[in-house]
Amino acid sequence: MIIRLALGSLMARSLTVGMTVLAIALSVMLFLGVEKVRNGARASFADTISDTDLIIGARSGSVQLLLYSVFRIGNATNNISWESYQEIAARPEVDWIVPISLGDSHRQFRVMGTTAEFFTRYKFRGGNSLGFQAGAGLEDLYDAVVGADVADKLGYAIDDPIVVAHGLASFSEHADQPFRVSGILGKTGTPVDRTVIVSMEAIEAIHVDWQDGMKVPGKTTPVEVIRQMDLVPKATTAALVGLKSRLQIFGLQRWINEYPEETLLAILPGVALQELWEIVGVAETALIGVSVMVVVTALIGMMAMVFSSLNERRREMAIWRAMGARPLTILGLLVIEAILMAGAGAGLGTAFLYSGLLVARPWVDAAFGLWLPIGLPTAWEVWILVSVVGAAALVGLIPALRAYRLSLADGMMVRI
Amino acid sequence: MTAVSLALEDVRFCWPGRTSFGLTVPAFQINPGERVLLLGESGSGKSTLLSLICGIVTAISGRVTVAGTDLAKLRPGARDRFRAERIGLIFQQFNLLPYARVVDNILLPLRFAPERRKRAGNVQSEVARLCAELDLPDDVLPVLAGRLSVGQQQRVAVARALIGQPPLIVADEPTSALDAQTQDSFLNLLFTQAGQVDSTLLMVSHDERLGRHFDRVVRIGDIATIGRGRA
Repeated sequence: MIIRLALGSLMARSLTVGMTVLAIALSVMLFLGVEKVRNGARASFADTISDTDLIIGARSGSVQLLLYSVFRIGNATNNISWESYQEIAARPEVDWIVPISLGDSHRQFRVMGTTAEFFTRYKFRGGNSLGFQAGAGLEDLYDAVVGADVADKLGYAIDDPIVVAHGLASFSEHADQPFRVSGILGKTGTPVDRTVIVSMEAIEAIHVDWQDGMKVPGKTTPVEVIRQMDLVPKATTAALVGLKSRLQIFGLQRWINEYPEETLLAILPGVALQELWEIVGVAETALIGVSVMVVVTALIGMMAMVFSSLNERRREMAIWRAMGARPLTILGLLVIEAILMAGAGAGLGTAFLYSGLLVARPWVDAAFGLWLPIGLPTAWEVWILVSVVGAAALVGLIPALRAYRLSLADGMMVRI
Repeated sequence: MTAVSLALEDVRFCWPGRTSFGLTVPAFQINPGERVLLLGESGSGKSTLLSLICGIVTAISGRVTVAGTDLAKLRPGARDRFRAERIGLIFQQFNLLPYARVVDNILLPLRFAPERRKRAGNVQSEVARLCAELDLPDDVLPVLAGRLSVGQQQRVAVARALIGQPPLIVADEPTSALDAQTQDSFLNLLFTQAGQVDSTLLMVSHDERLGRHFDRVVRIGDIATIGRGRA
């Protein structure tokens, strides 16, 4: 009966109560939304590369190797010589190996030299393969496959010409050897979207007239001649490796790390991603902090609303007292009202969030490559909702204590 | 006569934190079944006296006895329960919780008084019976109390005071918001209902003309002295 009366009292003040509930609902939606995006981002991030057992590069930090080989951020300190690459490829444990040769760029995007196997071996988001939204893979020496973002940003279609620039942010272009867009990849939400992919041979081809990072003056080998040349790569920046058995990962890793001819580094992508996330994760904490503050603000708003209504409700409190309600009952009534408001806010906020997710999910996936799962609220989310309501009960206690003191002083006689 | 219904002996009271207002009642009592009108202007200490009788406030010294129970001997929580169990209260106006249904308003004191609820028997039919006796239509029960006219609200307040047959009914200027004609019919209803269950009735008013309806008329100045400027 008390809960019914508390509900009635809230309904009677539906405008102010509604505003308060809405504020709580929006704050809860923001909080849960941040949680969803955070977890989605973490999952997407961890799924940037999957089914690859080892990433190999020149000796540096594991995070640095991960950054340049997978995320195309930063630069390699050194290359792996083609001989070493071949030797690793010949190891009995190795099931497949895909070279990654970086160093050139096209507009703001990195150019990556690799083999055709990259398109079948590179997996993301739990085993998804790359798919073409238009065209096909690398057939001709001067074919280039562009990621979805590249095509989108630069407005490329199949058969458009591409000129690769030497190095990053450089003005010397390989203008004499233009490429042709042969394929456009589907959106993956991984750095592949921002990559121009060409063959290892093409990387060799455009550097025929270059030596030590400088173009040899006056030397221009015609394209026809280059096409006749034996374009064996001299080096690769990194390599993705898949093993026949996962049990051999650590053995091969040790072998590579102790490789005598060259100082190499082999990393497990999952472990390195974890390390990297710990660095990126600081931003998460800031996000959580902000959304917690928003929830706190909404609860303080509720407290202010309850406080300002207390004076006009003194008559009501007096009736309760006259009917035999203890001051503690009055206190309980106000706390129950706070809990009901917060409960409604939490429920409404969750409903807002899920309907918003349902609408925005395909768009978020297409625009950011961020897949936000819609499932039953996780235990953690339920815990958040419960603690919002619990916090509301605590916050509601403050005006309730004032009502308690007022009703002790007023008794059942209020002169208005 | 068995025990008196209400007795005040040597009661001294002053509001906490205030030294300027105090009330002293040397002796005042009401017998069971008696209908007493307590006359006094506003500011004469009527409300304070009612608060003392209802156990909302406690005296500094002396004894307030309701139906044989010394209120000072009860803990605050027990006093609240005692009030719910033994006293039916009617105010001047704004008696009801406007956002609650009429039926919930009538049942509200029973929520805090299990014994009184038992006395009421089948509460639903008891509510229906009281409403019928008080000329309240049946279809008024699910309506929110705030939607009723003042006259109807006062009759709902009477139903609430009467339910579960409390031995003492205290009414604080219940007719002041009503016009002369409604006043008479209201008082008739109140007396009839209180008489049926032998409840003692203490009513406070400033209106001397109401005196003819009562067994006894007491002026507050005759039973109580108000101290100003000292405790």
